[in-house]
Amino acid sequence: MPDAPAPDGAVLEDVPRPIVQSRTFGDRVFRGISAGAAATCLLIMFTTGVFLTWKAFPAISATGPIDFLTGDTWQPDDEAFGVGGLLVNTIMIAITALVIGVPVALGLALFINEYSPAKMRPLLTGGVDLLAAIPSLIFGMWGLFALSEPLSGVAEWLASHLNAIPIFRLTEPDVALTRSTFIAGFVVAIMITPVITSVSRDVMAQVPRVQCEGALGLGGSRWGMIRDVVLPFGKSGIVGSILLGFGRALGETIAVVLVIDLVFQPNLNILEQGSGSISALIATKFGEAQGLEINGLIAAGLALFIMTLIVNLIARAIVNRSKLAG
Amino acid sequence: MTVELERTDTIWLDESADVAEVDEVVEPVVERPIVDDPEPPASDPDVPFRPSALGPSDRLEFVLSAVSALAFAWALCLVMDWSAPLTFAIWAIIWFVTGTYVTARARTSKVVAMDRLVTTLIWLSGAFAVGVLGWMIVFVLIEGIGGLVDDLPTSEWVARLGAVTLMVAVAVVVRWRLGRREAAGTGTALTRLLPRVVGAACAVGAMLVILPVVNTEFFTSDIAEVGPLDEGGGIYHALIGTLEQISIATVISVPIAILTAIYLHEIKGRLAVPVRFIVDAMSGLPSIVAGLIVFTVWVNTGRGFSGASAGVALAIIMIPIVTRTAEEILRTIDNGLRESALALGAPQWRSVVQVVLPTARAGLITASILGVARAIGETAPVLLTAFGSAVTNYNPFSAPQSDLPLFIWGLLREPNEAQIARAWSAAVVLLLLVLVLFITARVIGERGARKRTGR
Repeated sequence: MPDAPAPDGAVLEDVPRPIVQSRTFGDRVFRGISAGAAATCLLIMFTTGVFLTWKAFPAISATGPIDFLTGDTWQPDDEAFGVGGLLVNTIMIAITALVIGVPVALGLALFINEYSPAKMRPLLTGGVDLLAAIPSLIFGMWGLFALSEPLSGVAEWLASHLNAIPIFRLTEPDVALTRSTFIAGFVVAIMITPVITSVSRDVMAQVPRVQCEGALGLGGSRWGMIRDVVLPFGKSGIVGSILLGFGRALGETIAVVLVIDLVFQPNLNILEQGSGSISALIATKFGEAQGLEINGLIAAGLALFIMTLIVNLIARAIVNRSKLAG
Repeated sequence: MTVELERTDTIWLDESADVAEVDEVVEPVVERPIVDDPEPPASDPDVPFRPSALGPSDRLEFVLSAVSALAFAWALCLVMDWSAPLTFAIWAIIWFVTGTYVTARARTSKVVAMDRLVTTLIWLSGAFAVGVLGWMIVFVLIEGIGGLVDDLPTSEWVARLGAVTLMVAVAVVVRWRLGRREAAGTGTALTRLLPRVVGAACAVGAMLVILPVVNTEFFTSDIAEVGPLDEGGGIYHALIGTLEQISIATVISVPIAILTAIYLHEIKGRLAVPVRFIVDAMSGLPSIVAGLIVFTVWVNTGRGFSGASAGVALAIIMIPIVTRTAEEILRTIDNGLRESALALGAPQWRSVVQVVLPTARAGLITASILGVARAIGETAPVLLTAFGSAVTNYNPFSAPQSDLPLFIWGLLREPNEAQIARAWSAAVVLLLLVLVLFITARVIGERGARKRTGR
């Protein structure tokens, strides 16, 4: 847009007149109050970071930062705090949850958007939101009392049929198959399904219907339409929603604590008893922790905080960008 | 839907036919592009036309695949001597999915078969999600309902449940039938009034049937003096704790959250970008970290466990939820409203307080209730801040306090049938609370949305 005024007044650009706002006293108070509220959010996160780091410092320095992140012992008496094994187990639970949850969540999102009758759609989205609102404690109880038995059956099936895959192998033939990463992952999968479904559904609902109708009009099957129009359009939003689910899975506490046995060693045989997560460590050890162990738990919490923060911010950035594009 | 669209299609064709006819007879010179001129069919753009995807032979194939899958899985389990129902289900589903693909592939093309396969998988995932939700709710109810009501003979159970179901059914049917008349525009004062009267009567009736058999002791006593194996004991202390902690959390978080939403969407100040960033980060904050912050900053610095600190931890969880929902609501409000207020000379704060907020009221209430529904079931943050207690502690500002999730959590860790039964009963109460809050939020939100768009 040329800034200089056009010679001989030929073409004048439509430049909006700048509006000079004069704010009344009431406006300034109002803006101040809301800005204060908004700043409270900043303050909360800032305090979190600062205080957790500050209080975590004694434990991390007692163990050494490398040992803290890679070790797999938790000996408060020897001032040895290692969460390396727990980090691995946390991520294993989250990945298991994603492997089980993502297909279901995306299938559900597509089902609601493309397959279900239009009248059922509000009911189904309501159901997904309801699934998200159900307390994780209740998921955990259900996982513990209702799922343990059948899922150990599934675990047995996997161990005997798919033991070509290393993670399904068992170290000993008659090891217990309950309270494992697998069952925790299954419960968490159900808990992250609504997160992934609602975000990816939102994104995929923004695909221009004209393009979908065009694909169908060209003789594409419904799957062809989804594969060539809906999924490419929603790609980044789907990736973002999966990352959001991953972040949620990393931080899930109570449901995991209820269904696993906490071990500090990394356990890559996901069907075997013994697993763990950072949040499970905090919830389990918190009751009897004293002195430096409390700092150790705070340090573990800090690690979890940073990990989920990074995952979530990347996820949000991706989702927001894909929403802007749509 | 199909019929309507067909009708509009014909009109469309007729019009173009008319145009052609007129052109021919009256004025052959008129340059009128036949294709561009007629208006496109005035169908609802939200309801695309879908030809029925499944013909009779497709349905037959589905049924055959399903039957053969059941038969195969049954035979396999019999031969291999497997007894787990899930093993049966896995094999049946594998066979069913393969079967639908193979039959479609044999009869039609690869493209159609692929479409069929994906359709099956997507329906299965829908069924899986609905099934899991239903299974869980029913499981919790079955496990926990026993502790909530007095011991009753089965016949009385059936009678009372039947009565309640009947009343709910009557209320729903009346509402649905009259609602349809209302929607069709043939409603009268009676059709508007009747559903409410019938609904209220049925609610009162259901209460009268249920209340006498409710185990009142469970709601009015705590477990301070109840041994693990004793009868009795209840959740009174937990209810008090939940009530106080949630009230504190709501009082803290709702004003902050709504003001933040106003800042983000109405004021759009300099902090808007970082604040949105931080609210995003907060919404992904693991709930245990929210508890850990309050624990680190407040509880562990000599002030001890208290219900109020639990309230603060819950507020940290509620703020991002309420903020995001509230911002979505503010986004739905027509800009014309704001601009008319400003054009009338109102300063921005009056436009927000007197125009935007009243319009958004229902939505903001929904946002707050959804936040409460989410916070009420959180265990990890309250574990680190209120800690839990067996006695009734009315004072939220000192000493450990229990609440519903902590009550359940504490009992679950005891290896004892009676305690776990109590935990299940409390879980039913918690689940019902969440359900009631959720449905209330939905109803209010839907009414608000209808008002916002209806005017």
